[in-house]
Amino acid sequence: MRWRYLAPTAYILFLMLPIYWLLNMSFKTTNEILGGFSAWPRSFTIDSYVTIFTDPTWYWGYINSIIYVTLNTVISLLVALPAAYAFSRYRFLGDKHLFFWLLSNRMAPPAVFALPFFQLYSAVGLFDTHIAVALAHCIFSIPLAVWILEGFMSGVPKELDETAYVDGYSFPRFFTTIFIPNIKAGIGVTAFFTFMFSWVEMLLAKTLTAVEAKPIAATMTRTASSSGYELGLLAAAGVLTIIPGAIVIWFVRNYIAKGFALGRV
Amino acid sequence: MARISLKSLRHAYGPAPKGPQDYALKEINLDWQDGGAYALLGPSGCGKTTLLNIISGLIIPSEGQVLFNDRDVTRASPADRNIAQVFQFPVIYDTMTVRDNLAFPLRNRGVPEDKVARRVAEIAEMLELTPQLGQRAAGLTPDAKQKISMGRGLVRDDVNVVMFDEPLTVIDPHLKWKLRSKLKELHQRVRATMIYVTHDQTEALTFADQVVVMQDGVVVQIGSPVELFERPAHTFVGHFIGSPGMNVIPCEVRDGAAWIGGHRVMAAPGVAAGRAEIGIRPEFVGFGPAGLPARVVRSADIGHSRVVETRLGETKVNAILPEDAAVPEGETHLVFDPAQTRVYRDGWLAAETGAGR
Amino acid sequence: MKTWNNRAWLMVVPVLLLVAFNALVPLMTVVNYSVQETFGDNKFFWAGLRWFEEVLKSPRFHEALGRQLLFTGIILLIEIPLGVAIALAMPRRGPWVSVCLVLMALPLLIPWNVVGAMWNIFALPDIGLLGYGLNWLGFDYNYTQDPVAAWFTMILMDVWHWTSLVVLLAYAGLSSIPDAYYQAARIDGARPWAIFRFIQLPKMKRVLTIAILLRFMDSFMIYTEVSVLTGGGPGNSTTLLSIDLVKYALGQFDLGRAAAMSLIYFVLTLLVSWVFYTVMTRDEPQ
Repeated sequence: MRWRYLAPTAYILFLMLPIYWLLNMSFKTTNEILGGFSAWPRSFTIDSYVTIFTDPTWYWGYINSIIYVTLNTVISLLVALPAAYAFSRYRFLGDKHLFFWLLSNRMAPPAVFALPFFQLYSAVGLFDTHIAVALAHCIFSIPLAVWILEGFMSGVPKELDETAYVDGYSFPRFFTTIFIPNIKAGIGVTAFFTFMFSWVEMLLAKTLTAVEAKPIAATMTRTASSSGYELGLLAAAGVLTIIPGAIVIWFVRNYIAKGFALGRV
Repeated sequence: MARISLKSLRHAYGPAPKGPQDYALKEINLDWQDGGAYALLGPSGCGKTTLLNIISGLIIPSEGQVLFNDRDVTRASPADRNIAQVFQFPVIYDTMTVRDNLAFPLRNRGVPEDKVARRVAEIAEMLELTPQLGQRAAGLTPDAKQKISMGRGLVRDDVNVVMFDEPLTVIDPHLKWKLRSKLKELHQRVRATMIYVTHDQTEALTFADQVVVMQDGVVVQIGSPVELFERPAHTFVGHFIGSPGMNVIPCEVRDGAAWIGGHRVMAAPGVAAGRAEIGIRPEFVGFGPAGLPARVVRSADIGHSRVVETRLGETKVNAILPEDAAVPEGETHLVFDPAQTRVYRDGWLAAETGAGR
Repeated sequence: MKTWNNRAWLMVVPVLLLVAFNALVPLMTVVNYSVQETFGDNKFFWAGLRWFEEVLKSPRFHEALGRQLLFTGIILLIEIPLGVAIALAMPRRGPWVSVCLVLMALPLLIPWNVVGAMWNIFALPDIGLLGYGLNWLGFDYNYTQDPVAAWFTMILMDVWHWTSLVVLLAYAGLSSIPDAYYQAARIDGARPWAIFRFIQLPKMKRVLTIAILLRFMDSFMIYTEVSVLTGGGPGNSTTLLSIDLVKYALGQFDLGRAAAMSLIYFVLTLLVSWVFYTVMTRDEPQ
C-alpha cells in the first residue's frame, strides 16, 4: 500500500461522510434526530421511505424531475447532433462567432434568468409544464452538447464521409447508419453531462413550475417550511435523489475518462 | 562504454506463464561488444522493444540476467545503469529551451555548470542544433525535436549504451536519410555502444556493424549485414532481408540429396530424409536451356535491374536480372548458383554447398 | 480540412432557434425593464440609465460583489491545488481507478438543493456530525448565528461539492501523457518535483485552464446550495451576488433595479471570464 494513496482515500472518505449522515438520518425518527446526537440509528425505521413511496405529492416530485430531465436530454441531443456536425465539417459565414455565442450562454447566471423566464413561459402558456423546464434548461445544455459532440466528431476523419458518398449513401442514411455508431462514446458522454446538468439545476426548475410539474426540490422545501422540519423525511428524500445519479454514472464510468480527456466539460 | 551480456533471458508479461506462447522473449543469450553499433531487426511483436526495455532497465525480466561489464544490473534502475534511450516520438521538455533540454541530464547529476556548457555546445555542434540553442523546444519541427532527444542521450560522456527505439518513425521520408547518416556519423565520433531497434531493414543494414534478427521472441541470427544477406541462417532472415526476399521452395530430401520434382538440386549430407526447403536469393537465380522447368509470369523494372517472376510448379520464384539482359518468356528453365543454394529444415539452415558435394 | 458551405446553416437552425428563444427573448425583457420604472398597475415610464447608476452606486451591491469575489477567490485557491494534488496521487492504472472515479463523481450528481440541505443538517451544532464534532473538539461553532462559521461551512460545502470536477479533469489530462515521457525522465535522473514541473504541469495546462474557468464561472453564479444552507445569513453575511439578485427580483417588486442588476451581473461574469480565458490561453502555440 503506497503512502501516496492515502490522499485519494482520505478524500473519498471526506466525500462519503455527509452522504452517510444523510443515510443515517433517513433511517431515524424525527424525535430521535431532534433528541440528540447519535452516529447510527438507535431505533431503525423505514417510515420516511414508506411515506415517500406512498404519498403522491412526494413520488410525483421524482417522476416530474425525471420527465423533464429526459425531455431535455433528448431535445438537446436531437438538435445538437446536426449542429455539431456542421461545426465539425464545414466552415460557414459567422461560424466562429456563432460557436462562441453559444458557449457564452453557459456563462449566464441562472439567477438573471429567473424572472424573465417566469414571465416568458407564462406568456406562451407553458408555465408549470415539464416541457417548460426542459426547454429552459436548453440554454445551458445545448451549448454543452454541441461542444462535446463537436469534439468527438472532429476525431472521426472526413474520409469516412467521403467514402460513404462515393459508395452512394444519402446523407440521412450515412448519418444514422455509419456516422452515429462511430461517435457512440461521444453521445454517451453528452447524454451523461446533459442529464447531470439538468438533474441538478433547481432554481429554474422551481421557478417555472407550481403543481403539475413540480420537481422534487420544491416538495422538499415545502416539507422544511410547512410541517416544521421533518428531518427524517427530508433526509430520505435526499438519499433518493442521489440514486439516479449513481446509476447513470456507473453505466458510463468507462466513458467518463474519455469525455473529460477531451477537456470539454 | 560497456560490454553488455544477456544470460538466459526470458520474459513473460503475464503473472503466471504456462507455456512458450506466454513468453514475449523465449531464451536470449547475447553479448554486445563495447563501442559497437548494433541493430535489433524484426517484425512488429517479435520482442525487440521488450528486449530494449530490459536492457535499459524500464522492465525487469522474469528470468535471467543482464550484465554491464560483468556487473549484474538486472534489477538496477535506469538512472543507475547510465544508459540513454531515444523513443519513437520526440520526448522533450516543451517548456525548456533547447539548451536546457540538453543540459537537463547533466544538471540532475550535479555536474558543474562550466562542464555542462561545454558538453552542450559540443553536442549541439555535432547535431547541427547550435543556432537553435536559445529557442523554446516546443516550437521546433519533429526532426529537430528528435535530434534534441538524441542529444540528451549523448550529452553524458560516461553513458554505457545509447538505445534507439525506431527513432525515425515520425520523421518525414526525405529527412530520414539525413538523420540516418547523422546517426552513423555520431557513432563514429562518440564510439559509444549503440543499439538501434527497427523493423526497417534499410535502417538496420546501413547503421549497424552487427545485426541481431529476431522473430517471435527468439534471436534468429546475428551477423554483419553482408553475412545476413549472403548466408541467412533461417528462412525468416532470408525472407525479411532483401527486396524481394529469398525464394523459399519446398523440396524433398532423400538419398542424401535435395530434390525438387524429379530434379536433384544439391547434396544434403547429414540431413534426415523428408520434407525440407531450398532457399536461394533472386540475385542468384538465372535462366538457361536446361535446369528446373518453370513458367515466366511477369517481369517488372525496378530501376537498375528487372525482377522476373516465375512459377516453379506451384511456387513463385523470383529472379533478378540486369536491366539490359534478355527476359525469357513462356516456358523456360531455372539455373541456381550452386554456391548460394541452401537447404533449410523447419526454417533453420541444414545444408549448404561448400560443406561437401 | 473543413469545406466552405453556407448551407450548413440549415443544420444549425434548430439550435439557434432554441437557444435564441431562451437567451435573447429574456435578455430583451431584462433590458426593457432595466430602463423603465413602474409604480404598479402595469404602467411604465422611461427611466434611462437611472437604475444602472443606482445599482452601481449602492453599497448593498458593492458588499454583495465583495463577498462574491472573496468567495470565488478562496474557492479557486483551495479547489484547484487540492484537485490537482489528488489527481497526481491517484494510481494511473488498475482495478481501483474506476471505483475511485465513480465515488468521486457522486457529489457532482446530487441536485444542488439536496447538497444545501445535506450540509444544512450535517453542520447543525447539536445534531449534525460536523456541528457536533466541531463543538465536541472545543470550537464554538454555530453557522446559523456566527458569520465566520457560516462562511467556513459554505466554503467547506463547495469544496466538498466541486473539487471532484477538478480531480476528474486533471486526472484525464494526466492520463493522456504517454509513458515514454516518464521513462525518459527516469533515464534522465529527474526527481519527482522536476517531473511535475516539466512534464505533468505543462501537459495538463489545457485541462487546468478549463477547470479554472469552469470553477470561476460556476462559483460566481452560485445560488441554490448557499441559499438552502444559509439563506444568505446570518443577516446577510453570506449573501452572494445571485442570492442578492433573486431577493430583489422575486422577492420585492423592484423590477427595474433587479433588471439593471441582472445585466450588470451578466456583463461582469462575461467580462471576467473572457479576461481569464485570454490570459490563460495567451501563450498557447496553436
